Order: sequence, then C-alpha cells, then structure tokens
Amino acid sequence: MNTMIKEKKSNQKNVEQEVISAELEENNMKVRVENFNFYYDTTQALKDINLEIKANSVVGIIGPSGCGKSTFLRCFNRMNDTISSIRYEGKIRIDEKNIFDDNLDVVDLRRNVGMVFQKSNPFPKSIFENIAYGLKINGIKDKNFIAQKVEESLKNAALWDEIKDRLHKSAFALSGGQQQRLCIARALAIEPEVLLLDEPASALDPIATAKIEELIHELKKKYTILIVTHNMQQAARVSDYTAFFMLGELIECDETNKIFTNPSKKITEDYVTGRFG
Amino acid sequence: MKKKKMEQFIGFMFLRVCIGLVILALVVILYDIFSKGSGVINWEFLSAMPRKGMTEGGIFPAIVGTFLVTIITALLSIPLGMGCAIYLNEYARKGKVTRLIRMSIRNLSGVPSIVYGLFGVVVFVQLLQLNTSILSAGLTLGLMTLPWTITASEEALKNVPQSYRDGSLALGATKWQSIRTNVLPYSIPGMLTGAILGLSRAAGETAPILFTGAAFYLPFLPKSFSDQFMALPYHLYIMSTQHHAIEKVRPIAYGTALVLIVLIFCMNFVAIIVRYKLRKVKME
Repeated sequence: MNTMIKEKKSNQKNVEQEVISAELEENNMKVRVENFNFYYDTTQALKDINLEIKANSVVGIIGPSGCGKSTFLRCFNRMNDTISSIRYEGKIRIDEKNIFDDNLDVVDLRRNVGMVFQKSNPFPKSIFENIAYGLKINGIKDKNFIAQKVEESLKNAALWDEIKDRLHKSAFALSGGQQQRLCIARALAIEPEVLLLDEPASALDPIATAKIEELIHELKKKYTILIVTHNMQQAARVSDYTAFFMLGELIECDETNKIFTNPSKKITEDYVTGRFG
Repeated sequence: MKKKKMEQFIGFMFLRVCIGLVILALVVILYDIFSKGSGVINWEFLSAMPRKGMTEGGIFPAIVGTFLVTIITALLSIPLGMGCAIYLNEYARKGKVTRLIRMSIRNLSGVPSIVYGLFGVVVFVQLLQLNTSILSAGLTLGLMTLPWTITASEEALKNVPQSYRDGSLALGATKWQSIRTNVLPYSIPGMLTGAILGLSRAAGETAPILFTGAAFYLPFLPKSFSDQFMALPYHLYIMSTQHHAIEKVRPIAYGTALVLIVLIFCMNFVAIIVRYKLRKVKME
C-alpha cells in the first residue's frame, strides 16, 4: 500500500505533466459520462446524460430538489449499488475505464473515488481513528505511516490546527463544520483521485461554509471534484464548471461564468436567476 | 372547560389504576415468595444434596444443572442467533422472501414451550441419539430462545445508523469489513442484552427439559454433558405438585422459587451491566 500510494503519486505527477504538455483537450478528460440512464425500479431518475469532466476541475451540480443530482453523484462510486432494484445503462469512464465493467472491483473504485456525504457522518471513534479507518481497512499496518498520513490529511482538510491537541478524543465532540471537514480528511487519507461532495455545507453556518469552500479551492490542485449543491452562490463561488439538472435531464453544462451570466437555455437562466426552484 | 378537565382526570385515573394493579400483582408475588422462602435459605440449602426423599437437605444439584444447561443454551443460541440476524439484516435482499422468513421467526417465539420439548425428544434424544441429557435439554432450550436472540440482535443492528455503513463502504471497505469494523462493535451490547434476557427466560423453563434431560431426583452431580440433571424450575414443579409429602416440603419449594428468581434477576442485572459498560466504551 505504501508503495502503491507512492506509485500513484508519481502517476499523478505524470498526469499533471501530460496535462500541461497536451494540446488536445481530450487527453485532459478525467471523467466521461456517456449516454447514461438510471432507473429506480421502473422510474427513470436520470435520462441520457452526457458529460465530460477535466482533471483538477471542480464541477458544480445544481438543480431543483428531486432532479437526480445526488443520484448522479452516487453513481460515480457506485454507492447506489447498496439499493436493490436499481438499474443503469450507458457508461461512466474514469481515466477511460468504464466503472460498470464486470471485471472492475467496486471496492477499488471506491478507494479511488472518495465521497463526503450531505450529513457529516463521523464514526463513533476518536478523531485519529476516524482518519486511520480508511487506511486500516485497506490493509495498512505501519503505525508511523498511519500517524503521518492522519496528520497530513487533517492539514489538507484545514483541521489540524484546531484539533491537534485532542486527536484521541471522540469525533462527536467536534462542531458540525469540523465534523464535515473531518469527513473530508477521512476521504483524503486514502488518496482518491476524484472527490464527490454531496451538499457538504448544507447543514453548516456561513463561517463553516466559507472554510469548506476555501478548502475546495485548495483541493482541486490535487483532485477532480464533483460537488452537488443547493446553493447557487456556492456553485458560482467554488466551481469551474456548472451542470444544471432538471427532472433527471442534464439541461446544460458549461463554464460556471457562462452558466450564471449567459446560459444558452432559457430554463437555465430562469433557474439561476431564481425565477423558480 | 370543566368537562374537558373531568375527562382528563378520568383518563389519568384509569391509567393509574392499570399501573397500580400491575405493580400490586408483582409485589404480592415477590412478597409471598420472599416471606415464605427466605426462611429456608442458608448455606446448606444452597450447597448440599437433597436428602431423605428430598424432604431435607439442599438444592445444589438443581443449581448446578440449571447452570450447565444454560451454558449449552448460550453456546447454541448466541452465535447462531447473531449469525442469522446479521445475515437477515445486512445481507439478505429486502423482499417478500426475507419478510416471510422474518415473520416466521417472530411467530416461532409464540410456539408453546412444550412443543419445543417434544421436538427436542424427537430430534435430539431419539434421532441424534443424545439421550436424555444436559446436551439434549440445552439444545432444545437453545432452539426455543433462538427467535428471541435473532429478533433482539436484528433490532440492535437496525439501531446502527446507515451512515456508518455507507461511510465505510465509501472508503473502500468490503461489505464484511464494514459490518465487522463499523456495525458489529456498536450493536454487540444490544445483541448481548437480548441474548442474556433470552437465556434468563430459558433458565426458568420446565416444559422443554421435562422429557429431554431433567431428572426427578439425583443424589449426585452430573459428570458430563451427556448425563441427566436436576434443574431449578423442574425441581420446583416436583416439590409443589408431585411430591409425596407436599405440605412438608412446601418451604423447600418456596426456597427453590426464591433461588430461581434471584438467579434470573442476576442474569438480567448482568445484561444491564454489559449494555452499560459496552455503551460507555463506544462513546469514548
């Protein structure tokens, strides 16, 4: 695992270099969604989605409640698999590999695609154990490495300074915003490449929200980030690209600036200007 | 306004009478047993063999027998019950079949204990050739407590928030890892509590051990799990209805009842302690 992470790091560097040298934008695509349909039983929740996401970019996913944003997000690490009677068609490619391939191990996929849930869900363990959990279940036993990784992840999640004196206290004693950053740190510890954030700040006050948004700006240097949000200002602030969903359809996806100032569809404009939703 | 208040008063009075009657019944039973049974309780009563056709001496073999049979019951019903509950709650697809299985298990807990007793005779005593023994009786009681253990364990698993499972799956845990490291540690207290309550019920049962291993009178202790045994509830039944000198042994019967009640009370108390201790660990 130790070496795995190192290898991955060097791979990441290679990717970054390629990104710089690549002239064709296509090489830069981390994620591709192709003709993707998703069904709960007989209800179609997502309709023929096509989307490409650049490496190291932040994609904000917006849309009214029940439009399929969260369902879409949970497809990237196949968390929907835990629900019975779901069905999908089409492909989602991460680094060109279809994540629905029969020979793809969903456990490996989830290691590579981290997720932070809407409601922060620290485990009833100490702060340290929360972060170490992902490393331990992935077979890492080296205590020094774990300790070092815990510190690094907490620093990356901008939480270290606030909690470094109480690493071994219960994670439940943290404030809501700290708990959510702890969950981000927990996801970062296993070094994913793609990070899924499902309304990570919906239950937080403005100051905690600002901290999370700041964090997202930092994180995109290393990760490709998809963030579902109800808050349009937040999408405008944190994302490079914005995808607007409605009734299970991807209406429009473009540079955030364009979506908020000059969208190509009338309905997008109506939504982002607050005429409905 | 007055009518509303009156209605409320009558309603509350009715509820008070309900709870009062229940407590009264409990107090009367406990008082009766304590007052008539505590007189015979002494060290000899607890540690000596019965003598002179059980009209004198103690109930030591019955205590030992109940203890041993409860061990067998626990060995069968705790692991099996927890396993079933984990499978049903975590692995089984949620659908009609699972619902049917769960409903059947719930219904099994309503089957009269004498039916379990007869089942035990057929399966353990005769079919598996275990004869009338501690083993047969323990396994019969184990089967009887299974529905309780399974149901209690399932409830304990349901109390673990789904977000613990999702959280660990999202970090790349396999389903088994997620259950083992992030679900079981938080449900074990509830599971154990349910299991111990089930055991305490089993320890007080007469019908299932009646034909499967309990003996009327043994002046010695069982040497192995394939021997017959004396048990507190069966001893109580004999002393209060079957003995040739019922009036004479009445105090012994009361003493036995008292020991049985105290034993079961202790088990329930242990269940509370276990839950409390483990819950404290969990919170730290």
